[in-house]
Order: sequence, then structure tokens, then C-alpha cells
Amino acid sequence: MSNTLILLIVLVIGVLGFFAGRARAMAAAGGDRRNLHSLPNYYGANTALNAIVPAGIALAVWLIVQPFVINNTVSGMIDQEAIAEGSSLGLIMSDVRRVAEGLDVAVAEGAMTEETAADMRTEFTDVRERLAEVGVALGSGVTSETLQAAQRYREMAWTGNWLKTLVVIAISIGGLALTWRLITRDYRARNVVEKGVLSVLILAASIAILTTVGIVFSLIFNTYEFFKLYPAADFFFGLNWSPSFSGRGQSSQLGILPLLWGTLYISLIALLVAVPIGLFSAIYLSEYASKSVRAIAKPMLEVLAGIPTIVYGLFALLTVGPLLVGVFGEGGALGVTWMSGGTAVMTAGLVMGMMLIPFVSSLSDDIINAVPQAMRDGSLGLGATHSETVRKVILPAALPGIVGAILLAASRAIGETMIVVLGAGAAARLSLNPFDAMTTVTAKIVSQLTGDSDFSSPVALVAFALGISLFVVTLGLNIFALYIVRKYREQYE
Amino acid sequence: MKDMIPVDRKMSTMQDSKISARGVQVYYGETHAIKDVSVEIADNTVTAFIGPSGCGKSTFLRCINRMNDTIDTARVMGDILIDGEDIYDPRVDPVQLRAKVGMVFQKPNPFPKSIYDNVAYGPKIHGLARNKADLDEIVEKSLRKAALWEEAKDRLDKPGTGLSGGQQQRLCIARAIATAPEVLLMDEPCSALDPIATAQVEELIDELRQSYSVVIVTHSMQQAARVSQKTAFFHLGNLVEYDDTDKIFTNPQDPRTESYISGRIG
Ligand SMILES: Nc1ncnc2c1ncn2[C@@H]1O[C@H](COP(=O)(O)OP(=O)(O)O)[C@@H](O)[C@H]1O
Ligand SMILES: [Mg+2]
Repeated sequence: MSNTLILLIVLVIGVLGFFAGRARAMAAAGGDRRNLHSLPNYYGANTALNAIVPAGIALAVWLIVQPFVINNTVSGMIDQEAIAEGSSLGLIMSDVRRVAEGLDVAVAEGAMTEETAADMRTEFTDVRERLAEVGVALGSGVTSETLQAAQRYREMAWTGNWLKTLVVIAISIGGLALTWRLITRDYRARNVVEKGVLSVLILAASIAILTTVGIVFSLIFNTYEFFKLYPAADFFFGLNWSPSFSGRGQSSQLGILPLLWGTLYISLIALLVAVPIGLFSAIYLSEYASKSVRAIAKPMLEVLAGIPTIVYGLFALLTVGPLLVGVFGEGGALGVTWMSGGTAVMTAGLVMGMMLIPFVSSLSDDIINAVPQAMRDGSLGLGATHSETVRKVILPAALPGIVGAILLAASRAIGETMIVVLGAGAAARLSLNPFDAMTTVTAKIVSQLTGDSDFSSPVALVAFALGISLFVVTLGLNIFALYIVRKYREQYE
Repeated sequence: MKDMIPVDRKMSTMQDSKISARGVQVYYGETHAIKDVSVEIADNTVTAFIGPSGCGKSTFLRCINRMNDTIDTARVMGDILIDGEDIYDPRVDPVQLRAKVGMVFQKPNPFPKSIYDNVAYGPKIHGLARNKADLDEIVEKSLRKAALWEEAKDRLDKPGTGLSGGQQQRLCIARAIATAPEVLLMDEPCSALDPIATAQVEELIDELRQSYSVVIVTHSMQQAARVSQKTAFFHLGNLVEYDDTDKIFTNPQDPRTESYISGRIG
């Protein structure tokens, strides 16, 4: 029986359990719900949960354990000495599984009976040919040993599947019956359901946490692999970035510093654009703007926040870059030759700054609005003007939140990729000129992994080392943001 | 601030009246919150505004330092004169006016700054101190007047928000005093305080009378009786009765005052 079908049956049992539990509770209460400890639906939900959850868990465990058990038993049948040169137990086992699947298909299509499939011998039948007839292609002829292993495999899988079906449904019914029997008018179904809800929440939280841990571990593991192939000191302190894809990475120079410099330089420019503009517009919107202006301006800013970064990237490439060249490039308005091409730190920084404006402004707007009206009244009541009030009372009170917002914006700037790829160029370079093309950590991670280089070569693995370095930087930034926020909070509350 | 009131316009007839309101009307959009209120408030007196909640006490109080200007929907009509000068005259800068007419709010609202900076806030904005020593003196004097100096002198650089509720309210009073006002408006200054802190603040209000004209809104009739010399009873936006506190509480003329005082209007 297929797993979906089993699950469906369990769910049906659960639904039945719901009504059965409810009905029993109502019966126990003599038809008056006021006599019950919990609302009738809780008894139903409780019964349904006990019918579904343990059975579901059993099914999940079974699905994980069964292949292991079968694999172990079947691979025990294969003679270690029979493994040919250049082959391995793993390869033979995958052959076995393939043949077993082929036989399943053949039986399902009616090309052979169940008995034929189970009793077939290589001495009498060309298994490869028979399977090819039903569309299952095998790489080589099937040895007698493989066929027997495959037949054993099918047999065990068949038994296993039936056992699974029986056990899971039995657990489901058992759960239902047990709970059903427990129901009396004083049974605390409400509390049990409460525990059930709690465990669902814990489960969700642990999935989130485990995912994070998993990602970090995969980063660490691959970074470790990279450092086995490439010296860590050269990576962290190297001033050059010139991967050579051809030489298997042997002659590559993979220093992170030029990339880190590009990242920080572009982020700095972005913040220099976004923080004043974002903050000032937040102050205008929350303190000065009339209701009608606010009603229009706020959604507009939020639309800006919804534009995909690739669109900003196009804007950088097609509009801002050429515009800047027209001013700072050769033959430009200023008559200087600082800029040789449209892609530059300045281009990417400006556009990234525009991207961050709504981010900074909407966070700051919330924070400024959260400053109590009593603060404003107090200051105005002492004869301060509106802007004095903003400068001397509201901004200081909102400062921790605003610093937090700025650091969050910095995290985003550092992690931004598309604008950089399109706006800043691809050349890793250590330069102070903001009109030079440079590149960032994120842009390089993309280019290292999208080439067709081998995933185990240093030029590809370096992406993980870059990734974890970036992760550490952003993590540090976030921790710093929390520290600042907390420090001010202690001071003011 | 000094040039706000031309000396020659001071009217001698108003000599004993610090604030005089004539035919004041206040609207919040369509809501008619204050209906034709006229009142004369004397200097060096504590005047209490009492009345059921929503009757317009706060609204009227906020007219006296033009805090209603900060509310978009509010419209004020009629005249309010301080020392004979119309404060709604276009030549009067409401920001300067508020330095002269200090205000203390219902909930203590110290700024998230040190105690010192809280008190120094007004003087700094208005340039009342020539140097740091001057400023130190103003801060100390204001804290002394607000009966907070002894408790606060060793922790002037600690945040004002770290004080207890009663201390915070006295800090707000010190902050208002520091700008050298002539009138102090207090909107239910004790409603967020416990009885002991309330007693301290009431004692303070009585002392402040020496130097200022104090107007206090209160919902507690006992408080009005304890601290004020004059009492105004508001009801549904009307000033029903205004007289000496003793008279209002012992011999009210209007039946509405009588029933409010005896607890029948709430
Ligand atoms: N900001 C405002 N906007 C609109 N209506 C207001 C506002 N403030 C007060 N009001 C209304 O004005 C009336 C008087 O309010 P208020 O002066 O606060 O009364 P009190 O202080 O005596 O309790 C009430 O009906 C109140 O609803
Ligand atoms: Mg009020």
C-alpha cells in the first residue's frame, strides 16, 4: 500500500476519532456540555490527535529504518570476493535495487506474473532482455547473485510494506481506542490539547534552529575542505584575487582582502546615501507631514522597498553608470578622467543607497513614532520649537532603535549581490578611487560557483570560505547592534 | 521673551489679575469643547479647575500656553490675556510664550537624559545661562525649589527616568521652573502618584505660590480643597462657577456644583 494511502487512512481514522471522542464526551456528560471539564471539541481533537500523531511518527520512523534493514540483510548475501575489480559493494547494491525496481515495473505492467518474477533464474531467462521489453534499461547483464539479491530485496520490501501498513493503522486505531476509553466527564482534554499545541510550536522552532545549524555546519565543513587545499593565511591576508580555473587552482591567488575592501567601500557609500535621506524623510513623515501627505508618501516609499534588487541593478547599469561617466569620465562635464567605465564603486554604492532608503526610513519611522507623545508635549511645553524637540528629545530617545536600523541596513548592504554584479564590475581591486570598478564578496561567490569548475577544486570551494567570512562579518555587526541597543536601553529605562 | 510684552500696554486695571480669559471657545473639529468661558486668575494664587472628566479642564488649561496649537483640529476663539497682553495676538510667538507659562503633565514625562540635562533643557534652549557656572546655579536653584535637590544632588548625571514616580514629577516641576516662568500650569499632576508622593507634591505646590501663579487641574476635590485658594468648576464645556475655594466647597451657588461636590455628578 502506498504511503500516501496509509496517511490518508490514518487521517480518516483521525476524523472518525474526532467525532467518536466528541460523542463519547457528550454521552458521558448526559448531553449537557456544561458538565464537562473541557469543551466537547477538545475531546474530539484529543482523540483525533492521539489517532494521528503516534501513527504518523511510526510511519516516519519506519520509512527511515526499513531501507537500512533491507540493505544490510541483502548486502550480506553478496559474496565479498565476488566484487569485481573497479567495482564496490555500493555499486552492486545499486544494481540490485535497479533490478528490483525493474521487476516491480514488469509485474505492474503485466509483462510477468508475480511468481515468474520471484522464481526467475538467470540460467533460464535473460533478465536484461525481459526488463528491456518493459522499458527498464540495465547497464550490464544480470548475474545470478544480483538477481537473487534483487528477488530477496523485493520479498523483504513487500513484507516490510505490509507490516508497515498493519502496524501504522493498528497504532492509529489503538491510539483512538485508548483515548476514547479514557474519556470521562472530568477528563482534562483541554490541557492535553494544550500540550499538543505546545509540541507543534516547539517542533516548528527546532526546525528553524536546526536549519540554521545545518547551514553553518555545511559552511564550516566545506571551508575546512578548502583550507586543506589552500593555505588559510594566504586567503585571509592575500592582497590578490586571481583565480585560475584552468590549472586546477594550483596557480590561483585567492586573497579575500580586495573583495572585503570592495564590499565595505560600496556599503559605506550606500550608507552615506541611505542614512541621511532615509532618516530625514522618516522625521518629515512622522513629525511634520500632514495626514494626507503621509497617506500618499508612506505607501510610495514602501513600493520602493518592494522593487526586486535586479531592477535596481539594471538601473545602475543602464542609467546611473552612464550618467556618472558623463560627469566624471573622459570628455565629461567636469573635464576629469577619474572614471573609465560605467561600472564602479560609486555606481553600485549610489544605487544600493537608493535601495536602502525605504528600509532605513520605514524602520526609523516606526521607531520615531514609538517615542511617547508625552516627550513631545514636555519639550514643546518648555518652549522648544518643533525641530529642537526632534533634535534634542526625540532623536536621542529613538537613537538605539535608529542605530539598530542603520546596522541592519549595513548588513543588507554587505549581503547585497545583484546590484554589485551589474553596477560595480567584476574586477577585484584594492583602490581608493570610488570611480574604479571593484567587486565584492557576494559577487565573487556567485561567479566562483556558476563556472563549470569542479566542485572539489579550490576555486569553487573558496566560495564557502567567502560565505563564512561574510557570515561572521554580518553576525558581528548584528551582535554589535544588539549590544548598542541594549546599552542605551539600560540607560534610559 | 523679554520683549514680548511692551510695558506701555500693561493695563493698570488688570493689576491683580495675572491671566484673564474672555469669551473663550474651543472646537476640536466639530466638537465644541469649551463654551464661552471667561475667568480672571490672580497672581501668587493656586487656582484649581475641577469637574467631571471630559468637561474641558485640560483643554482650557492648554489654551493658556497655546499647547492646543500643536493639535491640528483644535480652534481657539476669544481672548486670553497674560499681564494684559493678548497671547493669541499674531505678534506673540507661542514658543516663547510657553517658556513663560510652564506646564506639568498628568504623567511624569522626564526626558531620557540625565537629571541635570532634564533641568538644564529649557535654560539651554532659551539661552538663560551665560556659562556653565550659571547653568549649574539655575539647575540647583530649580531642584531646590522643587524640593528634589537633597535627593538628586549626588546623582545629577543619572537618568531622570531612574527616579521614583513622585521624584520624576518633582523633576518635571523643576524642569518647568528652570525656564523662569511666571505661570505654572499643572494637569492632574498627582494622578499617577501614590499618596506619599502626592502629599509631597501638594506641599510643593503651596510653596510655589510664593513666586508663581499656579493653575492646577484635579479630579480630586479634596486636593482642590487642600491646595487651592480659588476653584473653578467646569461642566460640559461651561464654566459653571468660579469663586474662593472655601465658598465653592461650603456654599456653592449653582445646583450643578452642589451635586458634583456632594458626589452626584461623576
Ligand atoms: N485632541 C483632541 N481631539 C479631539 N477631541 C478632543 C481632544 N482632546 C480632547 N477632546 C475632547 O474635548 C473634550 C474635553 O476634553 P478634556 O479637556 O481632555 O477634558 P478633561 O481634561 O476635563 O477630562 C472631550 O469631549 C474630549 O473628547
Ligand atoms: Mg484632562
